[in-house]
Amino acid sequence: MSAQDEAASDPKARRPLSPHLQVYRPQLTSALSIFHRITGIALAVGTLLLVWWLVAAAAGPEAYAAASGFIGSWLGLFLLLGWSAALFYHLANGIRHLVWDAGYGFELPTVYASGWAVVIVTGALTLLAWIVGLVAW
Amino acid sequence: MVEFALPANSKVGKGKFWPAPEGAKTTKVFKVYRWHPKDGANPRVDTYEVDLDTCGPMVLDALIKIKNEIDPTLTFRRSCREGICGSCAMNIDGTNTLACTKYISDMTDEVRVYPLPHMPVVKDLVPDLTHAIAQYSAIEPWLKTTTPAPERERPQSPEERAKLDGLWECILCFCCTTSCPSYWWNGDRYLGPAILLQAYRWIADSRDEATGERLDQLEDPFRLYRCHTIMNCTRTCPKGLNPAKAIAEIKKLMVERRG
Repeated sequence: MSAQDEAASDPKARRPLSPHLQVYRPQLTSALSIFHRITGIALAVGTLLLVWWLVAAAAGPEAYAAASGFIGSWLGLFLLLGWSAALFYHLANGIRHLVWDAGYGFELPTVYASGWAVVIVTGALTLLAWIVGLVAW
Repeated sequence: MVEFALPANSKVGKGKFWPAPEGAKTTKVFKVYRWHPKDGANPRVDTYEVDLDTCGPMVLDALIKIKNEIDPTLTFRRSCREGICGSCAMNIDGTNTLACTKYISDMTDEVRVYPLPHMPVVKDLVPDLTHAIAQYSAIEPWLKTTTPAPERERPQSPEERAKLDGLWECILCFCCTTSCPSYWWNGDRYLGPAILLQAYRWIADSRDEATGERLDQLEDPFRLYRCHTIMNCTRTCPKGLNPAKAIAEIKKLMVERRG
């Protein structure tokens, strides 16, 4: 019997994997967790933009104007909006994680309260930053 | 490893439809995951219309009714029907719980019933728990002592005993472990919430004298530290326990013993 036949006749080898992401109900606990990771990755990418802007500032007025022009364009502003929201989310949820690491806030009502607080704080800080930023601009 | 999609042999197809009997007034639709090891086909979801007027209040009552009266080939584990044995753990309406303590009336729409997520399926709603049980053995879940046995029992003060509350009640149904995305992706090496709660149950026991050894066993990037405080475990525990908190207590002890 070839290895393939053996695999086909062994019921254990043919056992399907039960559905997971496909059926598991989206909920605040897991949604905020995966969002923490996504915003972390987004911020790492966003740092490249910051580096480009700083390098352009050091390279001379023309390069700086090009970088500033992109950042000030609609696309640039849209990306900045995303990155600023990601920054505030990652900050607020990071503090939530620090509190957990200290051993506090594990009761389910507390988890939900702190989770929604993170969402609200993210929105408020993003809005505030943009009001201040646009007024100063 | 992270694999979002199901393998080709695990993709779920459409199944059979079993209509309610003539004259049934109050019916509820149950969509149930089915897989037979012998027919060589992919899993499917069968749809059953159940007459609620002649059915008990719990999801397990409906599953037993389906097996008794509609389709005797339906396979599931059950025993105590009162939330103490953990046999009928499954994914109902998108979260893991015990079919025997889950009210049918909790679901306003149809009732979707799947096996515990991201596990090999033996048949229908029966997952293969071999690996999870082996992980349980690995934490050596018994009282370990080095001092000589006393004449009578090893005494424990009421305060020391109280530290086990919220831990001893775990029935090892694996609802929490199979709700954990981290266990889905790294379950081969990550112990998962149920086993870590059990590990903490022995660490927290004042009579146990192997705390250091137990912590040594857990001090591992995968066994313990794949817990990212997602909190799905605590959210889904049908006994109202808090595996995430137990895991955090272990992590705290790891830091404290470093001094």
